Amino acid sequence: MLMKVFTDFMGWIDKRLPVTDAWNKHIAQYPAPKNFNFWYIFGSLAMLVLVNQFLTGIWLTMNYEPSGEGAFASIEYIMRDVDFGWLLRYMHSTGASAFFIVVYLHMMRGLMYGSYQKPRELLWIFGMLIFLVLMAEAFMGYLLPWGNMSYWGAQVIISIFGLVPIIGDDLTLWIRGDYVISGATLNRFFALHVIAMPLVLVLLVFLHILALHEVGSNNPEGIDIKKPKGSVKPEELSKFTFHKQYSDKYDIVDAVPFHPYYTVKDIMYVVGFLFLFCWVMFFAPEGGGYFMEAPNFTPANGLKTPEHIAPVWYFGPFYTILRVIPNAMLGAIGMFSAIIVLFLLPWFDRGTVKSVRYRSKLHLFNLIQFAICFVVLGVLGTMPATPIANLIGAIASFGYFGFFVALWLYSKNENTKPVPERIAD
Amino acid sequence: MKKLIIAATFGMLCSVAALVPFSAVASGPSIHLDKANNDLSDKESLKKGFKTYIDNCLGCHQLQYQRYSRTFTDLGIEEADGIANYMYSGDKVGGHILNNMPKKEAEKWFGSAPPDLTLEARLRSPDWIYTYLRSFYIDEARPFGVNNTVFKDVGMPHVLQNLQGVSTIDEHGQLSPAMGGRLTAEEYDVVIRDLTNFLEYVGEPNKLERKAIGYWVLAFLFFFFILTYFLKREYWKDVH
Repeated sequence: MLMKVFTDFMGWIDKRLPVTDAWNKHIAQYPAPKNFNFWYIFGSLAMLVLVNQFLTGIWLTMNYEPSGEGAFASIEYIMRDVDFGWLLRYMHSTGASAFFIVVYLHMMRGLMYGSYQKPRELLWIFGMLIFLVLMAEAFMGYLLPWGNMSYWGAQVIISIFGLVPIIGDDLTLWIRGDYVISGATLNRFFALHVIAMPLVLVLLVFLHILALHEVGSNNPEGIDIKKPKGSVKPEELSKFTFHKQYSDKYDIVDAVPFHPYYTVKDIMYVVGFLFLFCWVMFFAPEGGGYFMEAPNFTPANGLKTPEHIAPVWYFGPFYTILRVIPNAMLGAIGMFSAIIVLFLLPWFDRGTVKSVRYRSKLHLFNLIQFAICFVVLGVLGTMPATPIANLIGAIASFGYFGFFVALWLYSKNENTKPVPERIAD
Repeated sequence: MKKLIIAATFGMLCSVAALVPFSAVASGPSIHLDKANNDLSDKESLKKGFKTYIDNCLGCHQLQYQRYSRTFTDLGIEEADGIANYMYSGDKVGGHILNNMPKKEAEKWFGSAPPDLTLEARLRSPDWIYTYLRSFYIDEARPFGVNNTVFKDVGMPHVLQNLQGVSTIDEHGQLSPAMGGRLTAEEYDVVIRDLTNFLEYVGEPNKLERKAIGYWVLAFLFFFFILTYFLKREYWKDVH
């Protein structure tokens, strides 16, 4: 009886909006390679954290006061007087750091298995745009508690824009809306943080997933699961039903429908992730002083600089690149280049073999050194600049950019292994 | 593939490990802090700390984000008892813990206005507070005749001097008692531990509740994980 009501209702809807078709196309009959490993969970986790940031953000906004006079006190009001306000705030602050951990690992996965290579260049570009907007979103959000590290961290980052020739000073004035960081800056950052950036973020995530489903998911083997129509013997085809948009155009092998196979798998990993997340959130929400920096427990004060200003940890790698270059202008160029080269990665890699499993030893080494350099740069970004730190930072920066140069050089005539036709069981 | 993951993880751990001793060097010689070893679940200690705070600290240092009523509830103080013994200023029970110190004048008296201490334990750490309040020594060059080994040239007098007495400093930076106060060194440490305990509580009144909920959440997630693991295995039987 109930089932019939539901079927009739969906029939009514489907005649007017293709909901069932969209569900099948993108979830229940979307062909996903059967061999996804641990590295393939971070996309789903990023989505989970995004939803967490949205929901907790909405409730925080209900009690937050975006003004230079009231912001700091309103955070403490949320922590003390709002029912479970402390939980909302910690979910949001832990979520911010978790977002970057998840996104960095998601990007590393792309690097390892060549998920940026043709035909997934645009997919990668959308991903990089998400990363860029996420950094802007996080940076603006960090000013909102109006603590002293919020203030001075923003001061440092905004001053980077002052290095732009000719218009630099006007540019920083335009960003701040005042001659110093003030309530005016806080207000505009609040508007951008809760409306403008999230809107752009949602649009980009939508495009990212649409682009993914157009070209299909890569996998740890880097072997395409879509074969030319008619090239596969019927008994070799995947035994599952896929949406006709995919199965009409291709013979699909070694694939499973995203739902229920990857939904149940992702749910398992989501619970595992939540365990770690809640561990931090309930028992160490300050993240050892990295997720919430101690100087932020005193209100913003333009006359009192914290002993050691460090941007939040997730900006560490890029901040170190900025710092190790002695000339400020060149440092800023270096920092922005570090992000631009990531955008251009699909064109630095001239190889056709995707997965590191079938690429050269040199590529494996290059990937590992890149990951190590990235972590080292991140760690250094949270520490005071000393001559030794700068030396190590310079070496790591060299390794960071070296990854791209070397990749471009060796990938054209790389000594790769033969890639199998099919994904082995 | 496993090898790559292991190699990458190992490489990262090594590089981080290599940086750790170096980070200790980079941040320079740090001040030795004594362990406060305070216990947030000890309500008697919190009450004594609260009382010490009201009697000795509140005159200069507000707790502007914390309410009397909340403190009474959390510390198990009856409202009537609270009004009689912890509230001198005639404030409302539901109001914040404030004082009437004029900020402008205070800046003239002390060089800078005494800071609000609601979040001091989160800004500095309980160990810092515990050590700081036990580290005053005679320094005639300072306006109030005392200095502090933890907070050099602090603008604050040694308010608890009548309890602790005074210490002198030798050339190695070691403090030794010059004149005793009303309490023995051990008794004074207990007073400061209670005060530190109270300040840690005020910094985050929900800390105990947070952890208590946390255990339940983690326990739930642990069992839920087992369920989802078997659910996943059941579905994937068709594939393998």
